[in-house]
Amino acid sequence: MSTATADRFEAPASSRAERLRKALIGTAPIFLVLIVLLVWITIVNPNFVEPPVFLAFLKRAAPLVILAAGQYFVIVSGEFDLSVGSLVTVVVVVAARLIDGDSGNTWPVIALLLAMGAAVGLVNGLITTRLRVPSFITTLGMLLILSGAVFLWTGGAPRGALADNFREIGRLGIEDFPVLEQLPYSVMIMLVLGAGAIVLMRAGWGRRLLALGDNEQAARLSGVRVENMRTVAFILSGLSAAVAGILLGGFAGVSAQVGQGMEFEAITAVVLGGVALGGGRGTVLAAMAGALTLEALFTLLNLQGVSGALEDTVQGIIIIAAVAFASYRLRGAR
Amino acid sequence: MAPLLEMREIRKSFLGVEVLHGVGLDCNAGEIHAVVGENGAGKSTLMKVLAGVHAPDSGEVLIEGRPVHFSHPVQAQAAGVAIIFQEFNLLPDRTVAENVFVNREPTRRGLVDIRAMERRTEELLEEVGEVTFGPRTLVRNLSTAQQQVVEIVKALSLDARILVLDEPTAALAEHEVEVLFTLLRRLRERGLGMLYISHRLREIFSICDRITVLKDGEHVATLPVGEVDTGKLISLMVGRELDGYFPPRGTPEEVGDVRMKATGVTTALLHDISLEVRAGEIVGLAGLQGSGRTELARALFGADPKLSGTVEVDGKRVGRSPRAGINAGMGFITEDRKLEGLALAQPIRDNTLLALRSLGGKQRRRLPNTVSVQELARSVELRARSLEQEARFLSGGNQQKVVLAKWLAVQPGVLIFDEPTRGVDVGAKAGIHDLMRGLAREGVAILMISSEMPELIGLADRILVMRGGRLAGELPAGAAETEIMALAAADEPVEAGAA
Amino acid sequence: MSVRESQAEGTAVPQNGSATKTPPPAPRRRTSAWANTRTALSNSPATPVYGALLGVFVLAWIIVTIDGGTFVTVDNIVGMLQRSVALGIVSAGQTVVILAGSLDLSVSYVISLSSLLAAETMEGQTSNMIPAILAVLALGVIVGLGNGLIITKLRVNAFIATLGTGLIIKGYMDDRYNGPAGSIPDTFEDLGYRRFGVIPLSVFLLLLVVVVIYLLLRYTRFGFRLYAVGGDEEVSRLSGVRTHRTIIAAHVVCSICAVLTGLFLASRLGSGTPTVGQEGGYDLESIAAVVLGGTALAGGRGGVLGTIGGVFILAVLDNTFNQLEVNAFLKDVVRGFIIIAAVAVYARRTGTGRRATA
Repeated sequence: MSTATADRFEAPASSRAERLRKALIGTAPIFLVLIVLLVWITIVNPNFVEPPVFLAFLKRAAPLVILAAGQYFVIVSGEFDLSVGSLVTVVVVVAARLIDGDSGNTWPVIALLLAMGAAVGLVNGLITTRLRVPSFITTLGMLLILSGAVFLWTGGAPRGALADNFREIGRLGIEDFPVLEQLPYSVMIMLVLGAGAIVLMRAGWGRRLLALGDNEQAARLSGVRVENMRTVAFILSGLSAAVAGILLGGFAGVSAQVGQGMEFEAITAVVLGGVALGGGRGTVLAAMAGALTLEALFTLLNLQGVSGALEDTVQGIIIIAAVAFASYRLRGAR
Repeated sequence: MAPLLEMREIRKSFLGVEVLHGVGLDCNAGEIHAVVGENGAGKSTLMKVLAGVHAPDSGEVLIEGRPVHFSHPVQAQAAGVAIIFQEFNLLPDRTVAENVFVNREPTRRGLVDIRAMERRTEELLEEVGEVTFGPRTLVRNLSTAQQQVVEIVKALSLDARILVLDEPTAALAEHEVEVLFTLLRRLRERGLGMLYISHRLREIFSICDRITVLKDGEHVATLPVGEVDTGKLISLMVGRELDGYFPPRGTPEEVGDVRMKATGVTTALLHDISLEVRAGEIVGLAGLQGSGRTELARALFGADPKLSGTVEVDGKRVGRSPRAGINAGMGFITEDRKLEGLALAQPIRDNTLLALRSLGGKQRRRLPNTVSVQELARSVELRARSLEQEARFLSGGNQQKVVLAKWLAVQPGVLIFDEPTRGVDVGAKAGIHDLMRGLAREGVAILMISSEMPELIGLADRILVMRGGRLAGELPAGAAETEIMALAAADEPVEAGAA
Repeated sequence: MSVRESQAEGTAVPQNGSATKTPPPAPRRRTSAWANTRTALSNSPATPVYGALLGVFVLAWIIVTIDGGTFVTVDNIVGMLQRSVALGIVSAGQTVVILAGSLDLSVSYVISLSSLLAAETMEGQTSNMIPAILAVLALGVIVGLGNGLIITKLRVNAFIATLGTGLIIKGYMDDRYNGPAGSIPDTFEDLGYRRFGVIPLSVFLLLLVVVVIYLLLRYTRFGFRLYAVGGDEEVSRLSGVRTHRTIIAAHVVCSICAVLTGLFLASRLGSGTPTVGQEGGYDLESIAAVVLGGTALAGGRGGVLGTIGGVFILAVLDNTFNQLEVNAFLKDVVRGFIIIAAVAVYARRTGTGRRATA
C-alpha cells in the first residue's frame, strides 16, 4: 500500500482526464479477458465479426447484460438478489397468459410487468432492510414464492401466447440499417439501459450507494438513508429482471425454464467484472462486461463442442475462482 | 529472589510511530501492582505485549527470571500469564464451565468428561468464593461482574500466576467492586502477581501495593502506594512542558450567540447533561475513558437515541438521526475515521461530497455559498495526488482533512470533533488546529473532545470535564493539566447539577 | 444446599424481563447422564420448537378433520415420519455447518449425485452394496473437504462456495445423465420399505443419524469447538481453537449426511436420478428446518433436536396440504413465506455480549 507523496494535488484539468479514463476502463482486468475471448471466438469462427453474427451474439447476451446491471446495484450495496431468475420466468409466463395472442394487450401488459418487477424488488428491499432478514434468505424465499405463485395461477403449465409485436422486441430490430443491416431492438435497449446505469452510478446517487456498500456506518453518519437506498437497489434489480424477461420472451419463447439459473449467471457476471461481494467497489460497466464475457465463454465452449449442460460446471468454477481471486486481492491491498 | 514478572526496555511501534519508548516494570508474587497513565500513555499496549497479542520490537519479558517470547496469546497462557480485557473473551451462548475449559475440555474414553469439567469449575468457583452462579449457567445470563469472575476463574484454571486486569471496575457497580476486591485479595494471598490498570485512583489506593506511572510511552515512576497521594500521582501522570504552537485563542468579542444548546440530555450512560456552545468559541471536552464523552457527542448529533433532554441548534430543536443533525447544521467528525468517517475504497472527491449529496434539495438550496471540491480541498490544505485517489492511500492527517472537508461542504454552524488529531503527524496536527481556529473565527461553534492535554489547554477557549457520565466541572482557557485531571479522576461521584 | 446449586441450571440473575426458567433445586453432585441430557434440553432453544410442533399438530388435526380427512391414524402418522426421514437426515447435517457459522447450499445436488453413484455401483447386485456405501461416503468426504477448504483457505463466502460446488455437480450430472440410472437390489430396497411392526426401518436410520450427531455435538471436543467457532470465531481463535479445521470438519459431516440421504432416496426409488435432490428442495428446506428449530443462522447456538422438531413441523404442514389437496405450487409459496418468517422472527432475538464504554 503506498502512502501519498507530499505533492500538491493536481490542477483540475488532468483530474478530468483521469476521471474519464477511469470511467471508461476502470481498473478491472475483465475488459482484457473479454477482448481475448472475442478474438478467440473469431479465430475459431471467422464469421463472428460479420454484423449479423455479432449482433446475434449481442441479442443473445442482452438479457444477461441487463440482469447483471440490476444485480450490480444490489451487490454493490452489500446484498444479493437471488429472485431474479424466477422473476424472469414469471414475467414471461404472465405475459403469455395476459396477452393471449392479442397484440392490443402488449403495451398495457408490458407496463404491468415493469410494475410487477418493481413491486417484487420493493418487497425484497423492505424485508431485507426493515425485517433484517439476510438478503440471500429473503430472495431465496422470494424465488420459491414467485415460482410457486405463478404456476399456481396458470395451473401448472404456461398458457396463452405472446403477440407478435411483443416478440418483436426480443427478436427484431430496425431494418435497413446502414452497415449493420439490422439493429436489434434488444441491443438498443441494452445500450440505452446500460448507459443509463453508468450515468446513474456516476451521479450523486450512485456515489452514495458505493459509499454505503463500502462503509455503512460512515455513510449513515454522513446522512445517507441507508435503508431507502438499498431498497431502491432491489427495485432496480426487479425492474432489470422484468426487462430481461420481456426480451427473453420474444427471443427464446415461453417456457417454465426460461429464467432458471439466471440469478447465478448474473452474480457470476458481476463477480467476474471485479465487483466485490461485500460491496463498495467495482463499476457497472465492468459488471456488464462480465456478462458479455460469460456469454462469450459459453459461445466459445459451444463452438468447441463442449456440451451445453457443462455450462453450469463452468459457471460454478468461475464463480468460486472469481470470488477467491477478489478476496485475495482485497487482503493484499488493504 | 527474582520478581515474578519483569519487563525491561520494551519498545513498540505501529506503522512507523513508536508508542512505547523502552518501558519497564516488575511485579512480585503476592502483589497487586497498579499501572496508571492518561489515555494514550501506553498502558494497553504494554499489557498486550505481555499477553502475547503484540510482539515487542525490542526489550525483554522475564517470568521468574527466565526470558520468554510470545507470538500468540496461547503461549502467554501456557507461561502463566492471563489478561482480562474490558471486552471479555467469552462465548455468550455457552455455559460457564464450557467457557472456562474452551479448547481444553477434559476427556474420558474419547468423549468430553462434562462431569469432571463442571466439578472442576465448581471447585474453582468455591476457591474464589463465588456463590451466585454455577458451572451450568449460560454466560449470556450473567451480569458483567459475574462474567468477570468467569474470566478470572478461567485464568486460574490455566494456572495463571500473573493476572492482568484492564479497567476491571469500569462497568461495575459500587458493591460489585467490593466483591471483586475481596476476590483479588484472596488471589494475592495465594501468591498471584496482578497488574491492575485503572483510572480510578481511589480504588488503586484501596487495593494496590505499588503504582507504576506511564506517560507518553515512557516509564515515569514506580512507588509503593504509601509514598504517594492523589495530588502527587496526578502530577506524575500529566505534568509536562506545554510546547508546540497553538493558534491564538479567540477574544471575547469574537464569541457570538449560542449556537448549540443541550438541556438535560440523558441516555443509558449519560445523566442530565446541559451545555452551550457559542459562535466563535472552541469548547474542549475532557474526561477519562469511560466518562461518556463520545456517547455525549453521538447523542448531541442524533446518532444515538436519548432517553430525555433536548438539543437545539440556532434555536431549533434537532431530531433524532444523523440526517436531522446535518439538516440542522451540525457536523460530526468521529473518533475513528476508518470505521466511521470515510469510505476508504472511494475517491477523495466522493468522500468529500458524501454529506452534501445526502442533503435534501431544499436544504442544499439554503446553503449560503456553492463551493467546489477543489476549493474545499484547498481550504483544508489537502495533500494528495489527485481528487480521484482512493481515500485509503492517504496518510492519517490527510484522511482527517478529507473528513473535515466533507463537513465543511455542508457549511455547518456547529462542529463536533472527537479526537481531531488522533493518529495524525505533528505537521498535520498544527494544520488542523489552524483550520479549527479559522472556522471558529468565521462564526462556527466548535465542541472538541480530546484526550491530549496539550491540545485541550492550547486550543480550547474553555474546558468542560466529564466524569462518570456527568459534567464534573468547567475550567477556563489555559487551565493546568493537573486541574483537568483532578476533575476527571476525582473519587466522589459527581452531584447532579455540578457543572 | 447453597444458592448456587439451586441455580445450577438455567439462569442466575433476572435479566431485563426476559423469560427465565427457575428449575427445581437440584441435589448436589448430580451426575447422571439423564440429568446432563435434561440440562441440555432446558438450556437448548429446542424446547419452544416442540411446543410449536404440538400447536401445529393440533391445528392440523382440527383443520383436516373439519375438511373430512383423517389425521391421527397410525398410517398417517407413520407416513409423516417416513416422509421426514430424508429431510431429517440432511437437516441434521445442515445443523452442524450452521452451528459453525457456515452454510451448505450444495446439499440437494450432492443428494442427487449420491443416489446416482449408489445405484450405479450396486447395479442390482447385493454384493455391490458395501462398495456402493463406501463410494458414497467417499463422495461425501470429498465434497465436504472441497467446500470446507474453499471457504477457509480460499476465503470464499460460504454461500457462494457451496453454490459454486453445487453448480459444478449439477453441470456434471446434466451432462452425463438424462434420467434415472443404475438399479438398487431388492435387499437394499428394504431400507426404503421395510417396517419393524408399524415403524419403517428408515425412521431408525434417521434416529441413528440424529443420535450420532447429538452425541457428536454434546459430548465430543469437536462439538464443543464447533459451538465455540460459531459463537465467536475470534474469541475461539485467541483461545487456540483451530477454527479452520473445525469448519472443514463440519462441512464433511454435512456432506456425509447429504450422501446418506441420497442413498436412502435411491433405495426408495429403486434407482438414482439426477434430480431427486432438487425436486425435494432439500437445500432451502433443510435451512428452514434448522432455523425453525431454533439454531441461530449466525451460529453458536442451537442443536439437532430442535432441527428435528422443525422437520416434523414441516412434515405436518406438508401432510395437511396433501390432505386438503392443496395445489403443489401453493406449497412452494408457503415454504418461501415460512423460511423468511422464521428467519425474521429469530433474527429479532439477537443478543450481543457486553460492551465497555468509551
